This record gives sequence, structure tokens and C-alpha cells, in this order.
Amino acid sequence: MFKKQYESHETVSIIFEGKNLDVEIGQTVASALLVGGNMVFRSSVVSGQPRGPYCMMGVCFECLLEIDGIPNQRACMIPVREAMKIKRQQKNKE
Amino acid sequence: MNSIRAPKFDYIIIGAGPAGMAAAITARAHGLSVLVLDEQPSAGGQIFRNIESLEATRNSEFSKLGQEYEFGSSLVRRFKKCGADYFTDRSVWQIDNNLQIHHVSASASKSNSVNSHCQAKRLLIAVGAMERPMPLPGWTIPGVMPCTAVDVLYKSSGLIPDGEVVLAGSGPLLLLIGCRLLDVGVHVSAFLDTSMNGALLKALPLLPNALRSHKYLTRGLSLLWKIRKAGIPFYSGIQNIEALGTSKLEKVRIGKSGKFFDVTADLLLLHNGVVPNVQITRNLGCEHRWYDVQRYWEPIVDDWGNTSVDHVSIAGDCGRVAGAAISEVSGHLAALETVYQLGVISKVERDNLSQPHRIELARHKHVRPFLDKLFQPSKTWLVPENDKTLACRCEEVKVSEIRETVRMGIKDPDSLKSMTRCGMGYCQARMCGLTVSEIIAEEKKVSPEEIGYFKVRSPIRPITLGQLAEID
Repeated sequence: MFKKQYESHETVSIIFEGKNLDVEIGQTVASALLVGGNMVFRSSVVSGQPRGPYCMMGVCFECLLEIDGIPNQRACMIPVREAMKIKRQQKNKE
Repeated sequence: MNSIRAPKFDYIIIGAGPAGMAAAITARAHGLSVLVLDEQPSAGGQIFRNIESLEATRNSEFSKLGQEYEFGSSLVRRFKKCGADYFTDRSVWQIDNNLQIHHVSASASKSNSVNSHCQAKRLLIAVGAMERPMPLPGWTIPGVMPCTAVDVLYKSSGLIPDGEVVLAGSGPLLLLIGCRLLDVGVHVSAFLDTSMNGALLKALPLLPNALRSHKYLTRGLSLLWKIRKAGIPFYSGIQNIEALGTSKLEKVRIGKSGKFFDVTADLLLLHNGVVPNVQITRNLGCEHRWYDVQRYWEPIVDDWGNTSVDHVSIAGDCGRVAGAAISEVSGHLAALETVYQLGVISKVERDNLSQPHRIELARHKHVRPFLDKLFQPSKTWLVPENDKTLACRCEEVKVSEIRETVRMGIKDPDSLKSMTRCGMGYCQARMCGLTVSEIIAEEKKVSPEEIGYFKVRSPIRPITLGQLAEID
């Protein structure tokens, strides 16, 4: 879906759904997950249908994830940090 | 919650895009104390997003972005040196009547999520524009995005689409982004032109005046030429577009002259023009009017960007959308007005100092009425014909539900919201607001001007109770 146009230099390690991912620093959580082929970030709170990043500029609130235990974080606004724990948000899951 | 005294500034500017940066530079040149609050981690706004780092670390890509970026880079450098206080990563969530401004971390990382406030004598809203949402069946499927999303991914992290890309919509930005994708070797499998039939004829009377800023026209034509020359299948006169797939986009179904055909796609990029971000000006109670050519609301302002609310002005694309060059000029003009209003310069000095900016403004603005008319959004893409289409993405409210509710007798977006939850989700109606006004107006056979818009209440951005409790 997306690929990196140039070689990565410095990386950090993040944990997405329990798996370690090495991602380049200086990017947002949304772009780090997209380049790894992760398009689905959550399920709709109404129908449960899959949703992923949309506007990439903080307007649409589609890319909401649970980051370090805090739910409803806009992944397109948050830079990746070492050891960040990231989870998808599923409907009816507390 | 305001027991701690808020730091005071002559001038608080929300937004560090071309308009906000220019205003800060001019206000500082006249000695005002200035605070700039911006949501992004670096200055430049969406147009010049991540520009400093692009220039420093990806110079070959930076130079390909064009001359506009040289100007952008110089503007950012002057802004960073102007002496304004500048906070990145700040989301404004409330503005009190006395211009006390409350802001939290936009990224809500634990270390800097503190809820802060500050006090302005004069306030400038320079929060820019966003793409007009283009509701169509399947537009919530992952892999469907507005075209600027790939521009952001490219500029901020060097990502480019991988796989089959379909471009759909109308407007100069779609042509520009299409050409950038071609430049980096992306495979564009179709270009679906949704421009209004006969728009060129309607715009022609405005062409002679537009030729006075012909640079924009030649650039636009060269972009179109490049897309046609690249041999991308180009379809105009499209009536239907539907995104298909479950957990990700698989294909795009295209309807033309009653016939349907499918194109395989990994990414569908939509564009139906750019509209002002009016969340803050609406929340403050500024008067707005309906701009019928481009079908959006804009705050009513005078020649200096003053709104109907005392001490509050706007600059840039959060008013009439006009691009980076005009935004920058409007920032300088709004700041000169503030310098005058605060008693630092006289009215005559303000007028004299504004002369070079007014000349610059004239150079750029001739082309706008022509472009606005040429790319006026067509009804088909404002009010989805397919009643199953979701108008409200957050609460999943279909076009048909809105129509039915209107027929039951509701009169405005707020009563629709209480009946259907439309506009009540996380995005606070940023994605459905215009569509809702259009649908109600269509049902009632009046202009959206008569229907109005959702009432925008605080918090302007969703914030957590935890953030509310953390006061610096």
C-alpha cells in the first residue's frame, strides 16, 4: 500500500498488537504502521467495520488507536517513540 | 480552573502556516509580544509541512517540489528568527469571550499533555483549510483517502503509494498531486475527472481577468498535459464511483453513461476542492456567509481580516480559500491592523505599510474567480445519489436517514443531530457538516445559506477528562 522512498536511518522499536516493529524515527505512528502494510487501525464503534487512516492531518479522527494504555489517540498526530505500546481499537472491547 | 494567571500576549496566532507565520513576522517587527500555537511538530502548515527537515535531509526531493518551496523555506526561517513565542503540538480546545485561550498537547504524549491557557489582546485565527469530504459508497474502506493524505505522507515521512492508484475528483490540487506521484514512479491506473459539465464555458467570461495572473494558468495546463501525456486512462463525465472491498480497498466501480466497469485499486485518492476550517470561527460566534460558487461557508471579514467579533481576525485559507501566496499576504495585512488597533502605529502608517502587500495581493488574486468557477463542485459529488452512502462517517448515518429525517419535519443540522446522532462523533461534524447542510437544503429546495450549519460548541477538539484535570 505504501513504501519508503529512501533508506531508513535511525530506528526505534515499537510494539504493535504484541509484535515488535523497527520503524524510522521522526514519523508518526500512522505512517509507521502504514509502511508496514497495516491499513486497519480500529473497527467502527457503530457497525464494527474496519477503519484506517484517512486525512492524515488530525481532522477526521479515523486513525484512533490505543497508545500506551490511552485510548482514542490520533495516530497521525503522534510521533513514534521507543517501546511505545500500540493496540487496535475494536468495537465492544473494553 | 483559572486560578493561575494566564501569560498575556498582545497577539496570539493559531496556526503556523503561511498566514500565521507572516502575521507573526510583521507583528514582531513592530514590537508586539506574540504567541503562535500550532498543532504540528514543525512550522509550515499543511502546504509546507516538514519543510525544514525536507530541505536539510532530503534536499534532492526538496528541490523537485518547486520554487514555491524556496519561498516557504525562507518564510519559515524568518518566522523562526522573528522572536515570537512558538509552541508546537498544541491543540486549542476552548476560547473564552475575554480571549483566554486553552490548549492541550495535540499528540497527548504523557510528558507534555498539560492543559495550559494564555490571554490575548488580539487573536488571529490562521488554521487553514481542509479537503472537502467527498462522500461516496465505500469511502470508509481502508485505502480510500483524500489526495492530500499522500502528500502529507510523502513530505513528512517519505512514503509513496505502492500498488495501483486511482485518482478521482476535480481541482488543481488533484492534478498537482497526480503529477508528483508520476514523478516518483507511482502507477496511476485511472484518473476519474468529476468536473462539472460545461464548467469551462461558465468560467470563460472570467478568463481575461485571470490572464493577469497567467503563471497559475500555465502551471495548471502543464500539470494537465503531463497527466494526459503519461497515458493514464482518463475518464470524464463520470456519474458514479464506488469503493469496493472489506478490510481493504480492492476495486473501484465506475459508472459512466449508464454503464459500469471495475478498476483494480489499492488506493483511491479523492479530491473535491478545499474548504475553510471554520470550527473555531463558528465556535466564537463570528458571522459566516455561504459562498455559492465553491459551496462552503466563510467568515465575513473586512479588508484587514477583521471578523464580526471584536479583536478577532482571520488570515489565510480559513477564510476564502486562495492558496499560500495570498495567505501570506493576508497574514501581513491582519498583523498591520493589529499593530494599528493596539496603538503602535497610526491609521496612515498602517495604510502606507500595507501598500506593498496590497500590490502583491493584486498580482495573485485575479486568477481566483476563474479557478473557483472552473472547478466549482458539481451537485453529483456534493449530495450522493446513492442513498446508502454514509454522510457521517463517525456515527455511520446514511444519506437516506438524513433525507427521511428531514421529511419528518426537522429544519436544521442541530435538530438532525439530536434525532440521528449525525455529527455527534469524534470529528465533531468536520467530515459531515457541509454534506448535511447540502442534503437538508436540497430536500427543502432552498440554499444551504438558509439551512445553516451545526452549532460548534467547546471543546473545539475532543479532550479527555484527564487532560481537563491537569492544569499547569
